[in-house]
Amino acid sequence: MFAMSYKVQRYVILFSFLTVPLLLLAVFSFYPAIYLAWLSFTSWDGYSPEKAWVGFNNYKEIFTNADIFSVFSHNVVYFMGGIVQNILALFFAVLLNSRLRGRNTFRVLLFLPYILNSVAIAYMFTYVYDAQNGSLNALLTSIGLESWIKSWLGDAGIVNYSLAFISMWKFMGFNMVIYLGALQSIPGDLYEAAKIDGAGPFKSFLYITWPSIIKIVELSMLLTVSGALEVFDLPFVMTKGGPAGASQTFVTKSVETAFNFSNYGLASAMGMVLLCIVVLVIFVQRKLILRGEE
Amino acid sequence: MSRTIANVLKYAVLLVAVFVILFPPYVVILNAFKGNEEYAKSSVFDFPKSFAYLENFSTVFHRGDMLQAFSNTGVILVLSVLGNVLMGTMVAFALGRFNFKLKSWILGAYVAATLIPSVTTQVATFGIIKELGLFNSLYGPVLLYLGTDVVQIYLYLQFIRHIPYDLDENAMIEGASLFRIYRSIIFPLLAPATATAIILKSISIYNDMYIPYLYMPSQKLRVVSTGLMNFVGVNSAQWNVVCAALLIILIPTTILYLIMQRFIFSGIVSGSVK
Repeated sequence: MFAMSYKVQRYVILFSFLTVPLLLLAVFSFYPAIYLAWLSFTSWDGYSPEKAWVGFNNYKEIFTNADIFSVFSHNVVYFMGGIVQNILALFFAVLLNSRLRGRNTFRVLLFLPYILNSVAIAYMFTYVYDAQNGSLNALLTSIGLESWIKSWLGDAGIVNYSLAFISMWKFMGFNMVIYLGALQSIPGDLYEAAKIDGAGPFKSFLYITWPSIIKIVELSMLLTVSGALEVFDLPFVMTKGGPAGASQTFVTKSVETAFNFSNYGLASAMGMVLLCIVVLVIFVQRKLILRGEE
Repeated sequence: MSRTIANVLKYAVLLVAVFVILFPPYVVILNAFKGNEEYAKSSVFDFPKSFAYLENFSTVFHRGDMLQAFSNTGVILVLSVLGNVLMGTMVAFALGRFNFKLKSWILGAYVAATLIPSVTTQVATFGIIKELGLFNSLYGPVLLYLGTDVVQIYLYLQFIRHIPYDLDENAMIEGASLFRIYRSIIFPLLAPATATAIILKSISIYNDMYIPYLYMPSQKLRVVSTGLMNFVGVNSAQWNVVCAALLIILIPTTILYLIMQRFIFSGIVSGSVK
């Protein structure tokens, strides 16, 4: 190696440093995606050697079978939860960015849920929501709100909101820390100048804070949107999609279609539809960012 | 005067938020120390008779095979993180120090890969892992966690940009090979970014449930997440024991978090706020 010229070394390094990482990327990200695309046009059952070509049948099934597509309305709940989560995160970031005693303690506490094991969180909330033994109903009873008592995970109309709340609980602090970082990178003299010009706190937020953090807000929203479309863990662990499919999400539905009903073709088509929707949403968001910059 | 009111309001709002955050773990702590009879008779908000009652915890360790689960998680974590740091720094060195035609394509590929919903593509990944003979083996998940990702690459690229290129040039004048420059200059100077990368990757591996669930169904290969799922599945009627199991899993990470919080915050911020 020492005898090689830097020009040769450069090739050797590029080749040897990039081959393995790129191979992993190709084998475990792109190949599965391409394979998925191909499977989506077959009626494969998961074990038989032949995979019969069925054209667009699986896709037709997704868009015509109300049972499948209506599941997206459950994802919408998580999406709305995600928006509330970002608003709260921004609110607390602004709050903790002001001069305040004990602000680091508050930051540490609000971020705490993000680092906790997600399966443990799921069961912790199963205990909170439990209709008979749960602490939430016990709390409502003790403050005289018996009429609010509900079966938080057993009621088809509520279950998605209960689950979406958990993901807000878990991720709000993470968004907040990111917003806080963005806020702290804004030079303080901008606010001083605005104050001298007679701008109140609301105006300085609108004209100084908001434009400086818009990009971070967009990034967080992007993660929130794809997160909301791909929710899986919580319903999978806590409710198995129940009661009677009321908390199925698009991903738990596709996993069930593949592994429980051995319809890998249809499940793959669902995966492709999800991929297209994620890409579409991101494309639209980027358009919006670019327009915002002009 | 209005300033005091504003401050009182601020604290009130923050305390409500802290209450919402701490309420679920608080109840878990209270009930993990209650015996079966005591649990049945008391309200969920009652304090246990004694915080020295540790019966539930030993039940968890006996029935749940938690030591095995922790050691499996530990092995997967150490191997994946080691490989991951190696891959991440290598890719960052190649992309951050050299200009070549494929560079933007490679970055683009990593961005594109994050868009692929990973749960749904497991149908295909499953086949590969099986072909490689890594089904029901600790190395299957290790292989899947090993690859670097776009967040890590951006984190490293950001850092490498601030390492002056003069260092490389001086080393070259003294005749150091490019590999030597990577090993003795770039890799050590990337240490702060590596600390962040290790923390973020560890959190995501420790929290992951689906990959171990899918690829290691064997009882001996349970990790913390899947071990807990199994344990709760069997003991779901005994909430006091389940609470003890939850505490066993939540306490170690919480302690680590409190010790390393500065690293974590500075890392997340520098990784995302460019």
